Amino acid sequence: MALAEQTDHVRPTVITTERLTKRFADFIAVDAISFTVQKGEIFGFLGANGAGKTTAMKMLTGLLSPSSGEATVAGFDVYKQAERIKQNIGYMSQRFSLYEDLTIAENIRFYGGIYGLNRLAIAEKTDALLKRLQLEHARNALISSLPLGWKQKLAFSVSLLHDPAIIFLDEPTGGVDPITRRQFWELIYEASANGVTVFVTTHYMDEAEYCDRVSIMVNGRIEALDSPRGLKERFQATTMDEVFVTLARPTAAA
Amino acid sequence: MAITADNLSKHFGTVEAVKSLSFHIEPGELFGFIGPDGTGKTTLFRMLTTLILPDSGSASVLGLDVVRDYKQLRNRLGYMPGRFSLYQDLSVEENLRFFATIFNTTIEENYHLIRDIYVQIEPFKKRRAGQLSGGMKQKLALCCALIHKPDLLFLDEPTTGVDAVSRKEFWEMLKSLKAQGITIVVSTPYMDEASLCDRVALIQKGEILNINTPGDIVAGYEKPLFAVKSSRMYELIGALRSFPFAQSVYPFGEFVHYTDSRQEAQSEELLAYLAAQGFTDAEAKRISANIEDSFMALMESRTSQENS
Repeated sequence: MALAEQTDHVRPTVITTERLTKRFADFIAVDAISFTVQKGEIFGFLGANGAGKTTAMKMLTGLLSPSSGEATVAGFDVYKQAERIKQNIGYMSQRFSLYEDLTIAENIRFYGGIYGLNRLAIAEKTDALLKRLQLEHARNALISSLPLGWKQKLAFSVSLLHDPAIIFLDEPTGGVDPITRRQFWELIYEASANGVTVFVTTHYMDEAEYCDRVSIMVNGRIEALDSPRGLKERFQATTMDEVFVTLARPTAAA
Repeated sequence: MAITADNLSKHFGTVEAVKSLSFHIEPGELFGFIGPDGTGKTTLFRMLTTLILPDSGSASVLGLDVVRDYKQLRNRLGYMPGRFSLYQDLSVEENLRFFATIFNTTIEENYHLIRDIYVQIEPFKKRRAGQLSGGMKQKLALCCALIHKPDLLFLDEPTTGVDAVSRKEFWEMLKSLKAQGITIVVSTPYMDEASLCDRVALIQKGEILNINTPGDIVAGYEKPLFAVKSSRMYELIGALRSFPFAQSVYPFGEFVHYTDSRQEAQSEELLAYLAAQGFTDAEAKRISANIEDSFMALMESRTSQENS
C-alpha cells in the first residue's frame, strides 16, 4: 500500500529476521528467511499447509529456539530474551483462546494476572474492553455460552490487554459468518491505527488483501514479499488467490 | 429427485439446530450448503445420511425414506464427515480394504472410481493413516467414501482448514466425480466456493436464507454497491458510516464495500463527500455484488425482520 511505502523510513522496525533457520534432524522446516516488519503494519504470513509458517511463528514468539540465523522481536533477541518477547507480544489462534468454563470477566482477570497487570489496571481494562465490544451485559456469561464470533472478538481484545507492541494471529477468523469476519478485521485495523503491529496467518486468500504487505512461504523459504497490489502486478494476477496458487505448489511429500 | 426434504427439523436441548428446512436436490447436481460454523450443516447431513433421527418433518434420499429405509440407503450413500474418521492405526491400504469389505466389495472392483485420487497417496499405502498430512488424509477419506460406488456423496466441510492450493485440487476431484454421474452434496464455510457449485443453499442459524444458482443469487442483490479505497482504511470506514445515505459499510480486502440507501447514488457524490472529509486520495467505483455481499445482505434483512 502507498502508505507503507511512503512511511517506511520513519516507522521503526519491530521484527527483523536475518537468515532465520530451523532444522529438525535432516528436515529444514524454515530455510534462511530474512524480512522486516514495521510498527503498525498489518503483515500477512501465508503459505500452504506444511510450508513452515507455524515453525517460523514459534521462533518469533519465543516458543522455539532457532537452529541458526538472527531475529529480534519488539527489540528482543529470540535466542537470549525469549521471555521478554513473550511479555511484549499478544497471541491468538483458533486453538488457543479463552477458557470456556470461566466467565468473560474471569478470563480477563486471568490473562491480566498472567501478564502482570495489577488489580486496578485489570478492573479498568475490563470495563473499557466490555464497553468497546458492547458486551457489558455479558460480563458474567460463561465463554461456552457465547457465539463463535463473540469469542473471537473477545479473544483478540484479551490478547491486547497488556498493550503489546505486536500481536500474532494464527488463522483467527476460521468458520465465522462474513459479517463477523469483517467486524474482526475492523478490530485489526483499529489496533494497527493505534500503532500495534499485526502479524497474521490465514487460509482466506481474500483476507490477504487487507494486509499492508504479504509474504508467501513455500518449502521453508519466503518466495515472495510485497504489498498485495505489488504481488498481483508482478504475477499478472487479479486476485491474491491466483498469486498464491501460482507460487505455493504443495511440497512433493504433501 | 436425488434428495427431497420437507420441513425437516432437529433440536438439541433448547438449541434449534435445523429449523423446518424444505428443499430438493436433483440427480447429478453438485450442490453446496454454504454457511458459517454452528449453523446446522452437520446436523442436516447427519439426518440425511440416516445417522440421527429428525424431530419432525421428513426427507427422502435416492427415493428412500431416511428413517424407514435407512438400511438400504446406507448401501447407496458415501459420507465423508468433517472430522477425520478413519482408523488412525490402520495403514492407508488397510483402511481402504476395510471400507470395501464392509460394503461387500473389493478395491479392485471399483478401483476406476478412485484411481485418479488414490495414485496420489499410493506411494504411502503402507503408512498408518494417523501419520498422514492433512491433504493426504482428506484424499484417503474421499477414497474410502467412494469405494462402494455410491450414487450420492455427502462431504461435510471437506476443505476447512485446508490451504488454497489443496482446496483447488479438491474441487477438481469433485468436478471429475460429478462427470461420472455421482450426485454430490457438499458443505463449506468458504463463500468463494459457492461459484464452484451448480446450486447452493445459503444457511444461517439453521435456516436457508436463499437457494439458487450462484449467478442468480448475486444477480438478486438490489442495492447500489461501491468499492471504495483510500490509504487510511480504518478512518475511511468511519467516514463512510457517517455519510447520511449509508446503508452498509464493510471492509472487503483492499476496498471497503459501501451500499447506498438510494438507487440513484453516484460515486462522484460519494467522492466529493470523502474529499471534504480529507480523503483526497479516495477512489470509488460501482461494482457487482459477490456471494459474500449477498450473504451479508440476507443476514441483515433477516436480523431486521427479527427485530421488527
